[in-house]
Amino acid sequence: MPETAMAEASAKTATGGNILQVRNLEAWYGESHILHGINFDVNAGEVVTLLGRNGAGKTTTLKSIMGIIGKRAGSIKFNNQDIIRATSDKIARMGIAFCPEERGIFSSLDVRENLLLPPVVRPGGLPLEQIFDLFPNLKERLNSQGTKLSGGEQQMLAIARILRTGASFLMLDEPTEGLAPVIIQQIGHTIARLKKEGFTILLVEQNFRFASTVADRYYVVEHGKIIDGFSNAELAANMDKLHTYLGV
Amino acid sequence: MQALYAQLLVGLINGSFYALLSLGLAVIFGMLNIINFAHGALYMMGAFVAYFLLNLGGISYWWALLLAPIIVGIFGMILERTMLQWLTGLDHLYGLLLTFGIALIVQGVFQNYFGSSGLPYSIPDQLKGGVNLGFMFLPIYRGWVVIFSLVVCIATWFLIEKTRLGAYLRAATENPTLVRAFGINVPRMITLTYGLGVGLAALAGVLSAPINQVRPLMGADLIIVVFAVVVIGGMGSIMGSIITGFALGVIEGLTKYFYPEASNTVVFVLMVLVLLVKPTGLTGRAA
Repeated sequence: MPETAMAEASAKTATGGNILQVRNLEAWYGESHILHGINFDVNAGEVVTLLGRNGAGKTTTLKSIMGIIGKRAGSIKFNNQDIIRATSDKIARMGIAFCPEERGIFSSLDVRENLLLPPVVRPGGLPLEQIFDLFPNLKERLNSQGTKLSGGEQQMLAIARILRTGASFLMLDEPTEGLAPVIIQQIGHTIARLKKEGFTILLVEQNFRFASTVADRYYVVEHGKIIDGFSNAELAANMDKLHTYLGV
Repeated sequence: MQALYAQLLVGLINGSFYALLSLGLAVIFGMLNIINFAHGALYMMGAFVAYFLLNLGGISYWWALLLAPIIVGIFGMILERTMLQWLTGLDHLYGLLLTFGIALIVQGVFQNYFGSSGLPYSIPDQLKGGVNLGFMFLPIYRGWVVIFSLVVCIATWFLIEKTRLGAYLRAATENPTLVRAFGINVPRMITLTYGLGVGLAALAGVLSAPINQVRPLMGADLIIVVFAVVVIGGMGSIMGSIITGFALGVIEGLTKYFYPEASNTVVFVLMVLVLLVKPTGLTGRAA
């Protein structure tokens, strides 16, 4: 997608200043070239969703932003600071939090320890009471081993623990994967509430129906490139195209 | 009967050294995935640092208990930064070979300058003498070694299992990439963990100096048994290392009383039995 069109799509629903700017992002896993020049923007307070088929490069995009891909090139600006060469711990301390697809719950830690593990990187994180208000199940299971929770509870824990840190930019990788509809609905409510609280969210989703309930804008990733982008208001007009892109 | 109690005490003292050393090995293996064969040489360095502090600087045993682990720990951290960190992600064999080489070099250097015989290190005045317990005579220094080692082991266990810092360590053992993505400087934590493990070995060296004298090969003699202890307890298990260390010291002591001929081999026989029945050790995780 041309940069100008992409910026236009970004401006249409901008709720705040530009917080993340990705330009010509390339990434490699060993010898495999995965991203071939990704371009997109995220504005403060938005929920932006990366859509695409399996293996399109959505997760790699998030991992590249987080600095956990061995080899990257291009430019990633967060709050106008280029972070392409920063290590992942430094990126986290700038206020970016990542919730991985596999959830990353630690089996040697109980729920409380998992929840309190990420350090507070800046003021403004949600207090525990508010987190328990969002995820009441967690309060009841604080002393359980992290990996003994159900899939839905583990996902809640994975999201909950990054809310404490004060990071205002959240990257959620397929938060609904493998979950029951009722849990997906709960996670949708949570994302909507987080948006109201002022969080900016970059979401990777294969579940398009879920994404359409929470996202302000969409980018479609294919073969390591952004091939299209549109706002939620333009969704209906783009449905046919989207079905083709996603193969549904 | 007095001989039995005496052997039990010797077993407990050996067990203290086994526990401190295997605890350090477990901490290092858990975090770095490295089988630290240099541990015996670093234990020896702890004893030598105490010896140098006393004879060159007039610094007492009590200060040596603090300073030697710090000095040798810093040496260990330099080793980790300059050499061990490059082995991340490689097979265990590389770490084992590198640390084995380091052990041979360190021991060789000390042997070159100090020979093979022991250098004397006297028991501090406050811990000289003994107490008659009625059923046996207890040398105060030996009692101190057992109790102090136990306290250090429990404190280390508490640090790793019950504190925020320990939670970082345990989490980074499972998924260092994600822990780093939470904002924790994992490479620095790995270096400090290696320093902690090495510091525990050096502390054992200081405790051992008045009992076993200070010898360049004091660690080489001990490390094989300590590895057997670690294998029995389970690589990477903190509490497993502590309990197995003390238990095997006692078993060795009892064997010395009941069947002295087997006292040098009983630990290895137990290791073989445990490996046959439970290859990951009594409380360990798979390597």
